[in-house]
Amino acid sequence: MRFLLVEDNIELGEAVIARLSLDGHAVDHAKTLAEADEWLSVADYDLMLLDVMLPDGDGREFLRRTRTTERLPVIVLTARSQVSDRVDTLDLGADDYITKPFDFSELEARCRAVLRRRGTPTPALIPLGEALFDPSGGTLSHQGETKPLRNRELRLLEVFARNKGQILSKSQLLDRLFSQDAEVSENAIEVYVGRLRKKLLAAGVEIETVRGVGYRMTWA
Amino acid sequence: MSDTATGPFWWRSIGQRLTILLAGIAAVLAILSWWMVTSFAREAAERTQDNVLVASATTIAEALRSEQGDILLELPYSAFAMLDAIGEDRVFYRVAADGETLTGYDDLMPSGTPDRPGDIRVGTISYRGDLVRTVTVRRTVLANQQPVPVLVTVAQTRTGVEAIGTGLSQTAAVLSVALFILAVGLGAFAAGNALKPLNSFAQAVTRRGPSDLRPLRRKVPDELSPLLVALNRLMERLGQSIRRSEEFIAEAAHRVRTPLATVRVQAELALHTVEKDEEKQMLRRIIRAVDESSRSASQLLDHATVSFRADALARDNIDLADLASRVTDGLAPTADMKDISVRLNVVAPATVQGDAILLESALRNVLDNSVKYSPAETEINVTLAALDKKTWQITVRDQGRGFAADSIPALTERFKRGGNVDQIVGSGLGLTIAEDVLKAHGGRLELSTPNEGIGACVSLILPAA
Repeated sequence: MRFLLVEDNIELGEAVIARLSLDGHAVDHAKTLAEADEWLSVADYDLMLLDVMLPDGDGREFLRRTRTTERLPVIVLTARSQVSDRVDTLDLGADDYITKPFDFSELEARCRAVLRRRGTPTPALIPLGEALFDPSGGTLSHQGETKPLRNRELRLLEVFARNKGQILSKSQLLDRLFSQDAEVSENAIEVYVGRLRKKLLAAGVEIETVRGVGYRMTWA
Repeated sequence: MSDTATGPFWWRSIGQRLTILLAGIAAVLAILSWWMVTSFAREAAERTQDNVLVASATTIAEALRSEQGDILLELPYSAFAMLDAIGEDRVFYRVAADGETLTGYDDLMPSGTPDRPGDIRVGTISYRGDLVRTVTVRRTVLANQQPVPVLVTVAQTRTGVEAIGTGLSQTAAVLSVALFILAVGLGAFAAGNALKPLNSFAQAVTRRGPSDLRPLRRKVPDELSPLLVALNRLMERLGQSIRRSEEFIAEAAHRVRTPLATVRVQAELALHTVEKDEEKQMLRRIIRAVDESSRSASQLLDHATVSFRADALARDNIDLADLASRVTDGLAPTADMKDISVRLNVVAPATVQGDAILLESALRNVLDNSVKYSPAETEINVTLAALDKKTWQITVRDQGRGFAADSIPALTERFKRGGNVDQIVGSGLGLTIAEDVLKAHGGRLELSTPNEGIGACVSLILPAA
């Protein structure tokens, strides 16, 4: 997916870009509203992450202005948490908002929810053995049968699918999958891996346990 | 200011002062008018009596004639008939020619006699125990070619005149009292009417909530306009200082949270690159600390906002069904991360009166708690139903750890958290905020653990609009 990040704080912006790149997303970084305008005029994006306090103006003002022309989904990043601020931004046409500092899993979940609500025009399907995996729709199709995946299974499968043949440790998976807010044990990973194994068995996809290290997914 | 505060109670209100002053003026005018009417009436009655007496005496004098040297008098009946008009007063008369009584009362001696023919003397004397009014007319009659002066005196007691005066005076007194009462009533009305702009001005200021600092735009009498201008200027300054502090809070939050966000994202990023478990553990601790501080900061700000808005509670019509679906939609992605499904059962429409932002934050805090404390792959049921005809109830029921029964009463206190929260990040303000909001709306928050310690149940109870 292609993101436009509008954020004036360079350290934060770069860290967000690095984190999004880990999941295979492409991100352009605008540090001002003027730059954002430029990026929007030359490229197409799937989603915009917009900070509301920028050096050359109020992000909400920008939102009001662009809303009339753009159909681009927007998630507002706000450092304010006053109860009323949220209502403001949603009234101005943002699809969702998240307060800084944010949990990356939550940002991801919110992006996913916004895109699902908007409806993705061309689902990017990933072939896994004989099955087809649709990460944005959250389904797995095999022999004409489409099964929905639970959120955590979906995210786990996404990580495996993007790292074909690589060994992923339990704690790596844990950090990708769960919000840091929640205390989750590594046993939980075993449960989800077990479920995925069952669902993928027929399609010829294997999740191999590498003793003492982690898991590796392979398919033909 | 100080003299109004310490004066007698009836002098503290401008309305009472005006009424009392107007009543005082009315009393003076009433007494004056009574006195004038009374004296004028008395004088008029006396003058009438004098005129009648003069007419009577003149008529008698006209009737004098002389025959063969004798002065004869045939008393005309009309001379006394006209005197009957004045009450039941007794009438006396004496006709004396050259000092000798021709007819009438010998001893009726007026205080003075006219010196020239045609003159009239009027006086008051005491006669036979009564005050009488006397009129003496002098006429010269020729007897035996000699002019003889004849004095005709007619007298009448004054009881009738006095009775007329007293009667008129009483009528005047009654009228004056009526006039006084009417004037007091009108005075009170006028005072009330004159003060109406002041009262409605005061009400317009009182009706406003403490957060409404828009300038007052209304027509006021000239006397009040300096007050209006001063008040508007004060509100503008107050509004500016509130705006400035709100901007300051927003700016401060921005300044604090942006670096915190950087720390958090960097730490998360580092989690994916470090290998050692101890290092990962350290990074997780950093993230937790960041979460805790940011959460406390935002809840404290929310709590402050709630207290402020609750003081000046808005009274908008709000559909709870609509509100509940907004809040559940907002939290759905967070719940989804744990594969928690949030089910919403509502009856629509369920209208209450209040502040939508506050009610939303109350429900969000409750639901946020449920999501936080629920295990993965469970359900949260949000039900909106009528508790009775006048009350709506939103129940949030989860399959989490529930509340420890002995901790329930303390949970809505500030910074109090349950004993079973483990490592979950929280500020201890969520339920406090929810309860404050509900109380401000005349509702309440109920906590329970219905199923033997499994699953918490939180009810938000609100009076229907």
